[in-house]
Amino acid sequence: MKIPYYPGCTLKTKAKNFEISSIAVAKSLGVEFVEIPRWNCCGAVPSLSSDDLIRHFAPIRNFIRVEEMNKAGIVDNEYRMVTLCAMCYNTLKMSNLRMRRNKEDLDKINDVMYLETEHYKQDVEVVHFLEILKNIDANKLKKNIKNPLPDLKVSPYYGCTLLRPKEIGIDDPEDPKIMENLLTNLSVTLVNNPLKTRCCGSYQVVSDKDIITSLGYDILNNAKRAGAEVIVTSCPLCQFNLDRRQKDIIELHHDFEPIPVLYFTQLMAFLFDLGEETYGFEQNYIDPKKVLNRKELVSN
Amino acid sequence: MRIGVYICHCGGNISDVVDVKKVAESIKDNEGVTFVRDVEHMCSEEGQKYIIDDIKEHNLDHIVVASCSPLFHEKTFMKTVEKAGLNAYNFEMANIREQCSWCHFSKGSATSKAIDLVNMALAKVRSDIPLERQKLPIGRRVLVIGGGITGIQASLDLGDSGFEVYLVEKEPAIGGKMAKLSKTFPTEDCATCIIGPKLADCAEHPNINLMTYSEIESITGYLGNFTVTVRKKPRYVDIDKCVACGICADKCPVKVPDEFNEGLSLRKAIYVQNPVAVPRKYLIDEKNCKRLVQGGKICGICEKLCTQGAINFEDKEELISFNVDTIITATGYELFDPEKKPVYGFGKYSNVLTALQLERIIATGSSGPPLKPIGKRVAFIQCVGSRDEQVDRENCSRICCMYATKLAQLLKRLDPSRDIYIFYTDLRAYGKGFEEYYKRAQNAGIKYIRGRVAEIREDSQSKKLHILSEDTLSRKMIEGEFDLVVLSTGIVPSNGSEQIADILKLARSADGFLQEAHPKFRPVDTLIDGVFIAGCAQGPKDIPDSVAQGSASASRAMRLMNKGVFEIEPIIAFVHNDICDGCGLCINSCPLKAISIENGKAKINEVICKGCGMCIADCPNDALDLRYYTNKQLMEQIDEALKTKKEGETRIIVFADNTCTYRLADNIGTARLSYPAETRIIRVPSVSRITPKLLLYAFKSGADGIFMGECDNRASPYTGSVDKIKKNVSLVKEILKKEGISEERLKFAELLASLLTDFYKHITELTKFLKKEEPISIEKRERLWEIAKNELFSERVEA
Amino acid sequence: MSNKLILSDKNVEFTEKVNEISGEVVTLCEQCGTCSGSCPLVAEMDITPSNMMRLVELGDEEVLDTKTFWVCASCFTCTTRCPRGIDIAKVGEALRQIKLRKAIDRIDIKNIAEEDRKILPQVAIVAAFRKFTG
Repeated sequence: MKIPYYPGCTLKTKAKNFEISSIAVAKSLGVEFVEIPRWNCCGAVPSLSSDDLIRHFAPIRNFIRVEEMNKAGIVDNEYRMVTLCAMCYNTLKMSNLRMRRNKEDLDKINDVMYLETEHYKQDVEVVHFLEILKNIDANKLKKNIKNPLPDLKVSPYYGCTLLRPKEIGIDDPEDPKIMENLLTNLSVTLVNNPLKTRCCGSYQVVSDKDIITSLGYDILNNAKRAGAEVIVTSCPLCQFNLDRRQKDIIELHHDFEPIPVLYFTQLMAFLFDLGEETYGFEQNYIDPKKVLNRKELVSN
Repeated sequence: MRIGVYICHCGGNISDVVDVKKVAESIKDNEGVTFVRDVEHMCSEEGQKYIIDDIKEHNLDHIVVASCSPLFHEKTFMKTVEKAGLNAYNFEMANIREQCSWCHFSKGSATSKAIDLVNMALAKVRSDIPLERQKLPIGRRVLVIGGGITGIQASLDLGDSGFEVYLVEKEPAIGGKMAKLSKTFPTEDCATCIIGPKLADCAEHPNINLMTYSEIESITGYLGNFTVTVRKKPRYVDIDKCVACGICADKCPVKVPDEFNEGLSLRKAIYVQNPVAVPRKYLIDEKNCKRLVQGGKICGICEKLCTQGAINFEDKEELISFNVDTIITATGYELFDPEKKPVYGFGKYSNVLTALQLERIIATGSSGPPLKPIGKRVAFIQCVGSRDEQVDRENCSRICCMYATKLAQLLKRLDPSRDIYIFYTDLRAYGKGFEEYYKRAQNAGIKYIRGRVAEIREDSQSKKLHILSEDTLSRKMIEGEFDLVVLSTGIVPSNGSEQIADILKLARSADGFLQEAHPKFRPVDTLIDGVFIAGCAQGPKDIPDSVAQGSASASRAMRLMNKGVFEIEPIIAFVHNDICDGCGLCINSCPLKAISIENGKAKINEVICKGCGMCIADCPNDALDLRYYTNKQLMEQIDEALKTKKEGETRIIVFADNTCTYRLADNIGTARLSYPAETRIIRVPSVSRITPKLLLYAFKSGADGIFMGECDNRASPYTGSVDKIKKNVSLVKEILKKEGISEERLKFAELLASLLTDFYKHITELTKFLKKEEPISIEKRERLWEIAKNELFSERVEA
Repeated sequence: MSNKLILSDKNVEFTEKVNEISGEVVTLCEQCGTCSGSCPLVAEMDITPSNMMRLVELGDEEVLDTKTFWVCASCFTCTTRCPRGIDIAKVGEALRQIKLRKAIDRIDIKNIAEEDRKILPQVAIVAAFRKFTG
């Protein structure tokens, strides 16, 4: 299966490990990510005002690229556009929704973007990689596990942008199960963090790091109290906030034991034994290798 | 034909504007007119005496009165005509006050319009035939669905009044939700103690046939003749033999959660629903009994131990049919399922309970150890599943503020050292004694915090519950740990109500509860004759309100049955048997299912038909018609309305439904608002009766514009009329467009009788529009009629 | 913050302006406080989200001088839970827009430490500049 893939800025730099591991995992399951030619930044956050259409131009340009890919035969009648970065997912999907609900806005935008080859026809569907994985047979996933870690206590962390607002969420915003189901199929031990959908503070990290540190402390502590050894997420900003800020947390709370925060695809690549170059652990601030390579786990 | 015409001065109300003498003069030689008289006050005793005397003296057989609105005095004159020995329906009124002298101020145009109106009434009266109000016998049998406090009250009132009641309850015992409560607010009577005698009365009443553990399978028929089939579920215990000794349950090895205690305790697979159940008879839970699940000779301990030989594993469900005359639906409510609000962790956190669970803990508390320890610090969360768009429950449940206030006080009294907090959105203490009760709770130290709790977190080790909520009064974020959180779950429509609504075709309001016929004056009636609703099936209520509705529905049912006969309005649909070919297209056009095909002809059930006439448009042969408003009569009225149209004049035909639009036009007159005198209003019960063919006929006959007004869906007594009208209108608009005639000439609006400016606006806008348009050519008008006669039905089939 | 508010046309205009930019109807708010109880950042705010809603409802422009809507990270938890279906995140955005459209920026790239600039993910920087600059 070939599917148009939207990486977004962060996955090409600070979250390269997310991209590498995802592409490898997808490939091992027979899914080929075809990077969208000439993609541009989505805008990082969705526009929330009713009167600022200009912020929707960037997402729509990317949708037109997907339509072009289909026209050129790069993909075969595949209008789903897969994303990894949860913030890109949210921004793109919110724009798509607004255009669907408001034809007039779309007409205006199409008019202004007259230099594009095509008008956007609203046939693109923004999906997240988790939604692709949801439809993959559990046995197929299980068969791919070469490096089983049944005792590894994993706590999923969703944050905001995969789930909210409700209209664009990939699952029930109050009681999501999509990552839990995936982890169950990956045969690791699932740990529930009551704060798994609590916001990490997001872009506030740019203006006020202390907010992030205190939110992160609460979220990480709750995961640890529930018994988690690693946290998995799908958002480069959540990953950064929860992983990097542990440096500050330790300074404030000397007894705090760090906990690795991985992209779910990093864990999958490791379980599938796809080779160290696909894990990208060197980009994680808290090194997950110590937990993942524990003999008693691997030996099982 | 010998018609008498009376023209009223109304003490100047009419004659100051309309030249009454001229009207009388101009119609005196018209077809069938035998006698004309103008009278100062037609509604006076003197005026009515004229009618009676003249009918005798001049041997009149039809009467027209031109005076005020028929909504004002139609009944008066019909009675007068009947007194003189004529049929009440050989009578017509011309509304020359509200719709003429009061809304048109030019004497000339008001007088000529008045002449038209009298001629329209004459055209109609000429085809009036005698109609009889059919009298049918009605018995004294009532079905009451639901054995909660509402159904019990209705049954007892009916039974005590000598009516025969079938009380059907799906649970194994009657008593409903009230039987589960600890005490009732605000008086704190013990619920079991006050409902107990009523349950016993029901069981022993000679006029009440109690059918527990039974569900309604089907209901067919109509007022005075409903056939009910009840499915009686197998109890596997012969209730005639069972003496409720309880040995069976003592020894039964199967334990399952007890529904009556809201899952807080266990019961056996053979059980009695509750200690004071009526009937106090055991039954076997077929889903959990080892013998019934696995078959063979397994277990069977109860059978061996029962000294009465009451156990019968071979028991089968039974279908029981009987006839009743009226039906009361008291299908109650259910509580909102708190698992739909995962933020509160119900089902996940062991110390989060529903208020009904707490009721059971307190109710059973005096007779043994509590079903669950309660702890020191307790929070109530209000509006769980009420006033919340996120779970599609926008209504207030009305009882939660007070039941939380009650439970909080009971808990505080059991242990005064408890800290009790009620987190609320708005505190609604609207009922008798409620505010005082609220004050009493505050006096007892219960703390009310104005803020809705957004989420609960459980400490995974201590199992204590952590709450963070704003106090919107002090604007402080309140944070606290609680031993117990009680969710005040709201009232939602019951599954039973939904089932019964489907079976009986009852309307439901937007909140999902059953809808009453009129929100003010018919609170327990439905639009189906002989079917009533009561209690929480209609919407959230406390106990006294439910009981009041139980009694109200009983009294409304008795009102219908007490006389032994009931009259049917004669204005209903009928079939021209010579034309009907029995094609059956009409069967589905009646939302009340009043039409069937018998012996190759359509047949109208005269008891079910309400006389809206929306079926008529669906007959390809014009075989369906409406009494007193026949196609012929309407066409002749249209002719008369347009006959006097002058060169260059634009004339509008208004089809007005009797309930809203006609009344609205009257109200405009009463308010002395003026609108263009070119309008001619034709009254019908519902505008859904005006077929596309009639609309095209009006255009053919010279109408320049047509306005149709009907009650909106909420106010209309006819289900589905608005949809039907919209269909008819869009069909005619299509034809107009195709023929190059502006579709704006035909206008339909949903109206309410109170919105005067709406009617006024529509009429004046339409007039303004028509003045700008070129008149429709005679060729085009004829072409429309050709289409009406030849193509109408084929077009519709394609559409 | 003053404890007095004189009603005038200005109040109505301000409320309407927020309604217009946000596309929401702030007067629907029933002041239940669900938003405040849901907000992960409420501890950092000077007034609660529900208080912010109230001031907007009243058309009190003093709300523009509060920190609350700047601290908001648009996590949509309040939006997801509001029993009256108000998109509160959009109301916060409208208040930010009213300030930003007067060319009053909240952050300056110069004030971000060099070491942070090196490690911050792009998505954080782009998002912050979209939210905090006009």
